[in-house]
Amino acid sequence: MSGAEKIAVRVTEVSPLNELVTRFKFEPVAGGLLPTFSGGAHTVVEMRDGDITRMNPYSLMSDPFDQTAYTISVRRDDEGRGGSLFMHKNISVGDEITISNPVNLFSLDLRAKKHLMIAGGIGITPFLAQIKQLDRAHGNWELHYSCRSEALGSYVDYLTNTHPNDVEVYYDDQKQAIDLENLLDGQPLGTHIYVCGPKGMIDWVRGKATELGWPREAIHYEEFLAPQPGKPFEVKLAVSNKVIQVGERESLLEAIERAGVDAPYLCRGGACGMCETSVIDYSGNFIHRDHWLEEDEHASGKKIMPCVSRFEGKTLVLDR
Amino acid sequence: MSKFEFPPSIRSRPVYGTLEARPGKTHLMIADAEGAEAILAVATPDLMAATHIIYIPKGTDYADKLRALKPAQFYEGPTYAASVTRIQRVLQDAQMGLQVYLAGTEGLMGQAQNEAMKAGIPHTAIQTEHRGSIARRMQCVHCKGITEDVETDPFVCSHCGLNLFVRDHYSRRLAAYQGVCIDAEDPGNVPPQKGIYE
Repeated sequence: MSGAEKIAVRVTEVSPLNELVTRFKFEPVAGGLLPTFSGGAHTVVEMRDGDITRMNPYSLMSDPFDQTAYTISVRRDDEGRGGSLFMHKNISVGDEITISNPVNLFSLDLRAKKHLMIAGGIGITPFLAQIKQLDRAHGNWELHYSCRSEALGSYVDYLTNTHPNDVEVYYDDQKQAIDLENLLDGQPLGTHIYVCGPKGMIDWVRGKATELGWPREAIHYEEFLAPQPGKPFEVKLAVSNKVIQVGERESLLEAIERAGVDAPYLCRGGACGMCETSVIDYSGNFIHRDHWLEEDEHASGKKIMPCVSRFEGKTLVLDR
Repeated sequence: MSKFEFPPSIRSRPVYGTLEARPGKTHLMIADAEGAEAILAVATPDLMAATHIIYIPKGTDYADKLRALKPAQFYEGPTYAASVTRIQRVLQDAQMGLQVYLAGTEGLMGQAQNEAMKAGIPHTAIQTEHRGSIARRMQCVHCKGITEDVETDPFVCSHCGLNLFVRDHYSRRLAAYQGVCIDAEDPGNVPPQKGIYE
């Protein structure tokens, strides 16, 4: 089987935090300890919704050194394909579900002299684990956290109570915004920047830091893309000799898996590159949504990332 | 002719580029001897207005030409060892947005790169351009002593006296190539000395 190793867990806590975000706690069904992880890691949660199995990545937000349980926070997305809604509506305490071993695509660079964290909305979750990890190592960090409003500011109270001098919170509805240029100007040599949030925020921070001469190696970012729904389409899998239909509310990768074909994957969010698939033939248009492939690769019609990208047209033949 | 094309080698061997002006808040340029030519080639009045040059002439006469570029700060040091405390001080006070440019001999670039790395700059973000002498800074793997400016292969370790073979195996931490005893199995059977790239 592709992907990271699986763990059977029991849901031991479901805590609504606010109108949009709910926290879930998982403990191993078999007892014992869960694998340790590093701050920034995510787990892929399998959701069995009738015939459909969705596998969505969520950042682990608990203490990386606490192996008794993992916690994640899920923001409800009413426009999406239903993964987060399923978590909110169908998962309750006592349920047994399957999650993956932790995978980290957003780890701290421990050579940094200082860690400058910038979070937008639910992008706060990986930083909660990273902060716990850094506190243990007496790391030098500060967090700038932008949220829509006080009511939707997940973990603001916790963060400002435990780290009053290291956390700055900005509320959109109070017209507060991160003064990025001044924040970046004057940071000591050896500072690394980490940004997790909406795409616009990531692009803004990366662009500004690059413009000010920050090295690419000191700029870290993570954006999970949830696969978006779209028009159904047909795909021929050349290696497995199967023709499959991709439904409106499932991703190409999920459709391939549903057909019993073992396809490689890791993050399921367009970031890690593991599911990159060669296109043998096509007639139509790709809807590329990943941030793994380069622009020229998107234009070439030779590659697709089936975890988040779709297709509209007559024929699509994949080397899978 | 201050440029030399090093033959392709193992991955461990550093590869040098050509300096280019990059966006940055401040610029630190460190060079020795003919490395000055690389600075002269990249300099513009705008760049120099935010540049600190640390230069070790090693008997060359480029210093006045560099001064004429009117960098924000200019320091001329007699040796690398005499200049290193200044380099450390500049890095200690520096902020993100500093660009580091190194030019000249491998020994100078390697050691200055090491200081910049220790200050928190990823080594891949440090620009280098080789100019001038192709001599190497070598570490004897047996006694750990460093011999500067090695031009021949094999050479005699300046610390323990062993006959050492010049390898392309490089250490960023030591800023030195590895020298290994060439006649350990058959003492005295030492191949004739030649230039490293001959």
